[in-house]
Amino acid sequence: MISITIDGMTTQVQEGTTILQAAKLLDIKIPTLCYHPLLKPFGACRLCVVEVEKGSRHEVVTACNTPGQDGMVVATRTAHLLEARRLLLEFMLARWPNVPVLRKLAEEFGLERPRFTSVLRDEREDACILCLRCVRICEEVVGACAIGFEDRGTHRRVVTPFDQESEACIACGACAHVCLTHHIKFEGEDYRGRPAEFLLGSNTAIYMPTAQAVPKVPSIDREACIHFKTGACQTCVAVCEPGAVNHQMGDQEVEVEVGQVLVATGYDLFDASPMAQYGYGRLDNIYAALDIERMLNATGPTAGRVLLKNGQPPRAVAIIHCVGSRDENHHRYCSRVCCMYALKFSHLVKERCPAAEVYNFYIDMRAFGKGYEEFYSRVLHEGANVIRGKVAEVVQAGWSKQDEGTLLVRCEDTLIGRFREIPVDMVVLCNAIEPQSDAGRVGRLFGLSRSPDGFFLERHPKLDPVATTTDGLFVAGCAQGPKDIPDSVAQASAAAARMLATISKGVVEIDPVRAEIQEQYCSGCRICNALCPYNAIDYLEERNVSQVNSALCKGCGTCVAACPAGAITGYGFSDRQIHAELEGMLAV
Amino acid sequence: MEQNQFEPRIVGFLCNWCAYTGADLAGVSRMKSAPNLRIIRVMCSGRVDPSFVLRAFQLGADGVLIAGCHPGDCHYQEGNFKALRRVLMLKRILRDFGVDERRLRLEWISASEGEKFARLSLEFTEEIRTLGPLTLETAVEPGLPVEVLA
Repeated sequence: MISITIDGMTTQVQEGTTILQAAKLLDIKIPTLCYHPLLKPFGACRLCVVEVEKGSRHEVVTACNTPGQDGMVVATRTAHLLEARRLLLEFMLARWPNVPVLRKLAEEFGLERPRFTSVLRDEREDACILCLRCVRICEEVVGACAIGFEDRGTHRRVVTPFDQESEACIACGACAHVCLTHHIKFEGEDYRGRPAEFLLGSNTAIYMPTAQAVPKVPSIDREACIHFKTGACQTCVAVCEPGAVNHQMGDQEVEVEVGQVLVATGYDLFDASPMAQYGYGRLDNIYAALDIERMLNATGPTAGRVLLKNGQPPRAVAIIHCVGSRDENHHRYCSRVCCMYALKFSHLVKERCPAAEVYNFYIDMRAFGKGYEEFYSRVLHEGANVIRGKVAEVVQAGWSKQDEGTLLVRCEDTLIGRFREIPVDMVVLCNAIEPQSDAGRVGRLFGLSRSPDGFFLERHPKLDPVATTTDGLFVAGCAQGPKDIPDSVAQASAAAARMLATISKGVVEIDPVRAEIQEQYCSGCRICNALCPYNAIDYLEERNVSQVNSALCKGCGTCVAACPAGAITGYGFSDRQIHAELEGMLAV
Repeated sequence: MEQNQFEPRIVGFLCNWCAYTGADLAGVSRMKSAPNLRIIRVMCSGRVDPSFVLRAFQLGADGVLIAGCHPGDCHYQEGNFKALRRVLMLKRILRDFGVDERRLRLEWISASEGEKFARLSLEFTEEIRTLGPLTLETAVEPGLPVEVLA
């Protein structure tokens, strides 16, 4: 600990403390411009100059970057210092006369008007005063180094490299945050460059998935977080009081021994981008069903209002059914849920934009469930238009300025036998529900077959929709096929009940017709392992033999026939028995 | 029909769930089927070991039929595909042994195809009758006992 005296007041501080920091402890205010508590002191503005006694003379040093020494005596408000600071401000005001932070400091020092003006005079209120806090925070705290200085002397500027849009910039807003003159403005574009007025996703590297997320804790996007790229920042760690942010967290592999598995891995939404005729991803205001769900949600980006990209409510909304479903080019099957949610959207659009027209372009209106047909009638009464026909294409109307932004939906109205072209502001696509892209891998992992449409195969479409051909393995929900919430719940309950029934029995009944491997003859070739359609044969590495799990074995005998050593006995249909039958029947 | 006409002896391996049930349906429906076909029931056509087929020929069978579920309908998922693979291999081996490959036949019969089974048994019997009795040039006597392990 060392002792420092500032303006007559003495205090004890740690070694290495700067005069400015010591003054803060004593509540003595020293003016600064380029200093910022998060950054290393730079000493650029020179405003924080103080006088340090050195023998009989007084040395003028900058308080921000001068470390205190034991016995140091400092003065912060001598006449000499005030004159020095006033002169500095005169120079600054000469160049930047209208910048508020400078004018405020000038007032403090009793400076009315600078005596000179600069050839580089910049009259703007938000002129850059070259405090360089932005450059330093980007380098020291964030670690992105996206901006820097250019040129020298009076021509020094703060720019991105070569004045181009910087790829290193992660749009964290730190530079805008520390800028004293609002010269750097944060436009609220997220790090993926999407405009702020319609963010359907997160907008910072650490984000809350949605306002209603369960659990309601933030996640860190590894791709975007600058800490993983440069090792710097970790501002989130610094501000989190309970210390809950841990960048070292990773995936944990947990091994759990179970007897039964229920696969309920859900679905993916068909990506409509390849269907160029609908313009998804190419034209504005064309959305997929889940995008609209986000928009309609009260915690969404528009607080539940139905808005176009320009912030205006739509005059007409088109809802196109069967995008990717009932389509020979994509999926033959019907996705089951879309007609009902299309009607839901129609209802909500009418409710929130009473003046808007809603058009449904459908093939069939499938309102199959309890209360569904009644809801359909209600939506029709609310004035939703329904047009039976496929939409050929969605194009931009571009004849006049007033048409700008309008989309034309070209369709066939089969009930009147005509082609129609309907101008709308917004198009909603009812994308197909399709199996997840990794369904094949997951299927192979568990030994789950898939039906031709790619969803997991149930044991029987009518009589056993939750079980699979492998005992103890069940499927439920959209992983087995498109279905809505009541059906998913029913299926999940059924599967859970079946699993509980097996568990509560306490024993597993084994069929006498099954296979068993005679260990002494098994050579560990494992040919049988891959052949079993029920994954019922395990390989025991320690003994280098295979073993049949009698609870899973169905007794088909495929492995018995395939074993090159003849090591597998098929009880009930053994080789001995069949040979005996052959001998008997061919004896006469 | 001659009195001393050659009566083929045919062994049929029928899978329990489809082919055997189909044959049972033919019987229950009183359809006329060939008595020459002697049936061995297995749970799945995939149970049929190639050695069964060879043993059958060795013991004097003039023809062997393997019948299982239609592809995609196997009660045990894919057993019938394995039967198919084995039959393809067997046909080549039989050819090497000098046995006419038409003496081995693979058919898909579902549980409702009783009529198909009846017709098939008659057709196959006639085909084997045309081919005549099987004469194997054996270095090993056909009656030798086979040591079976499992």
